[in-house]
Amino acid sequence: MADIESFREETRAWLETNCPPSMRTPMAGEDDAVWGGRNYQFKNPEAKLWLERMGAKGWTAPMWPKDYGGGGLNNDENRVLQSEMRRIQARPPLFSFGIWMLGPVLLEYANEEQKKEYLPKIVRGEIRWCQGYSEPGAGSDLAGLQTKCEDKGDHWLINGQKVWTSYANYADWCFCLVRTDTSVKHEGISFVLIDMTTPGVETRPIKLISGSSPFCETFFTDVKISKGNMVGRLNGGWEIAKRLLMYERTNISGFGSNTRVDVIDLARDHVGLEGGKLVDADLRARISAHKMAERAYALTTARAQEEAKAGANVSHMASMFKVAGATLNQERCELMVEAAGNRGLGWSGEGFAPEELAVTRSWLRSKGNSIEGGTTEVNLNVVAKRVLGLRDTQ
Amino acid sequence: MTFTLNEEQRLLKDAARDFCSEQTPVSRLRKERDAKKNGRDPELWREMAQMGWAGIIVPEEYGGAGLGYVGLGAVLEETGRTLAPSPLLSTAMIGASALILGGGDAQKAQWLPKIASGEAIVAFAVDDGAHHAPGRSALKVGGGKISGEKKYVADGHIAEVFIVSGADGLYLVKADAAGVSRRELFTVDSRGAADVTFKDAPTEALSGGAATRDAVLDRARIGLAAEMLGQAQAAFEMTSEYLKTRKQFGQVIGGFQALQHRAAKMFTELELTRSCVYAALDALDRNAENVAEYASLAKARAGDTVHLVSNECVQMHGGIGMTDEHDAGLFLKRARVAEALFGGATFHRDRYASLLGF
Ligand SMILES: Cc1cc2nc3c(=O)[nH]c(=O)nc-3n(C[C@H](O)[C@H](O)[C@H](O)COP(=O)(O)OP(=O)(O)OC[C@H]3O[C@@H](n4cnc5c(N)ncnc54)[C@H](O)[C@@H]3O)c2cc1C
Repeated sequence: MADIESFREETRAWLETNCPPSMRTPMAGEDDAVWGGRNYQFKNPEAKLWLERMGAKGWTAPMWPKDYGGGGLNNDENRVLQSEMRRIQARPPLFSFGIWMLGPVLLEYANEEQKKEYLPKIVRGEIRWCQGYSEPGAGSDLAGLQTKCEDKGDHWLINGQKVWTSYANYADWCFCLVRTDTSVKHEGISFVLIDMTTPGVETRPIKLISGSSPFCETFFTDVKISKGNMVGRLNGGWEIAKRLLMYERTNISGFGSNTRVDVIDLARDHVGLEGGKLVDADLRARISAHKMAERAYALTTARAQEEAKAGANVSHMASMFKVAGATLNQERCELMVEAAGNRGLGWSGEGFAPEELAVTRSWLRSKGNSIEGGTTEVNLNVVAKRVLGLRDTQ
Repeated sequence: MTFTLNEEQRLLKDAARDFCSEQTPVSRLRKERDAKKNGRDPELWREMAQMGWAGIIVPEEYGGAGLGYVGLGAVLEETGRTLAPSPLLSTAMIGASALILGGGDAQKAQWLPKIASGEAIVAFAVDDGAHHAPGRSALKVGGGKISGEKKYVADGHIAEVFIVSGADGLYLVKADAAGVSRRELFTVDSRGAADVTFKDAPTEALSGGAATRDAVLDRARIGLAAEMLGQAQAAFEMTSEYLKTRKQFGQVIGGFQALQHRAAKMFTELELTRSCVYAALDALDRNAENVAEYASLAKARAGDTVHLVSNECVQMHGGIGMTDEHDAGLFLKRARVAEALFGGATFHRDRYASLLGF
């Protein structure tokens, strides 16, 4: 206990000295998120400084081993770090598929050479990753993927198409599922890493209903990659793919937690109070129910963490959290639009305040929450089969 | 009461179905949106007027067809199916109703022929703030002058004349009159609207006070509910078609019971809502006593149904439903605007309770 207290003091002091002032303000929007990578343009020099300092300390990935550039912290220390960062409202120094998804599976499945090569660069935000899973014909049925990977002796040759590849146009590398055996389904999939600057890799951005273009179609035409770029064994990719999905689901289940405008404030402003109560009793009851669901979710997250610490295996809960998190965020966004009334129905122009436009755009973006990272239906199937043991008769 | 269209209404509906699918499929709205037209399509409106739609409920002596609300509702439903961007609701339904119910002879003679011919576009300026609250307006009227602010006036950016709702009744204001200023709004449904300010603008009152206002509001709600029914129906059809064609796990996704039941549930909701909308339109033509009840019933149910269906439409399409290229998003966007206009489901549930006396 004394140790952890001194760790808290050291951490507090370090953050005090090293977290630049502008990094202690709430993010104004998605644009403030730092994704790093070879070509990343920092809007704010302090964001760069903050990433460099945190990266050097390994605190962008606090619990990864120091050998691979991580912070080497244990659970308790990490919790202290997170709470100290929250205390000063420190922004996350890095948003990264490498940290959220790829890193954990590299730690588990990659060989020593691969770990040494990729993990430190992920920690420091030097390479940005995208996820090449989905294909036009393989979404929910991910294992139906067809992107072909052939053994050409001294290299792999890749041909095929991915779709919905988030940020592929900004990414330096892609972790990708490919078919190495066409005679079997799940057992014919391998997990490879592809440098996006390799000849034959092409991306085409796709626009979302919210107006932004965060994802792409990605084409691979006669793409040659080194033999050393396969993670795990040949045809052993499905297990890695699933493990990565678990990390992804755990991660995106926390969607809405860093929002700036609260639905209650929005309702107070636009709907109004009478005698301390929102004048719209129906909306009031629904917002209250939502706040309870949010609380229940937070408490369950805390409980799962406690149980994990005590050694329980809670990995199967990722799908449940993903569904609950997506539902919560979508519900919150719908309530925001409703509470904002006609001020939440703008698209552009000066007739609406930027915060009002953000309400509309976030609401539209949130519709993807129950699709990305495996749809709600697919995740409920996982819960029904793997957690509840219900038989699949379809 | 009847749910069956007569010969005339059926012809009107069939013609509207053909016109909308040929002249104004969803791609027309998309094209206009991409060209940043913000709901301006005078050519389409002219064509609709030529079809006689602008004057469906306008009496024949004023150049209209003198048909009823059921016929106009049938057309609105069809325009909803393809998200046709036009001021049909605000002009042919609301503008015409306001003048028929509250206009004096001179006002009728001045405006109804122009409405029926499509020459004058009308917009209904109802809400002072972000939420629908027609009874709580700070509008000031005196000595033939009107002052106040109205938010998110649908078609307000293209209208020639406003029907302005105050706490005590309706007022007519010309859009180009001194003291009227409007700020164009670029809205999520790409249809456009305006925030309008009146500063000692010249106005004429319509007769009948708050009773006329409520009667016109109820027509607005019922007409919009008909449009929403069409939207929901089209989004539903698009979804069920996808369930029959998209394959995953070696079968069509419509083979999964998890989706089958939700599709069946949507179908059920649509059928229930359809009855409410048709009954409400019929109640207008019958001049029924409980139009208000029907209006709230239809608007609340249409809101809930289009909300459900527009969400499911995106969800059941998976990734493709999230893309701008796909029509699902256009239905979703129009749905929320239509839900909020003239009172959301919450407003109408509350009003329904009051009407039922509790
Ligand atoms: C914003 C966003 C970002 C994304 N980013 C990435 C990314 O970076 N990399 C990547 O690889 N992919 C990404 N995806 C793709 C995502 O993983 C897929 O869209 C998702 O897995 C669904 O696949 P699909 O789009 O082909 O839909 P489909 O699988 O065709 O599903 C259509 C509908 O059928 C339902 N369905 C399918 N099977 C069943 C079943 N057995 N039981 C019940 N219902 C079923 C689905 O739930 C859905 O409602 C992203 C998607 C979105 C929306």
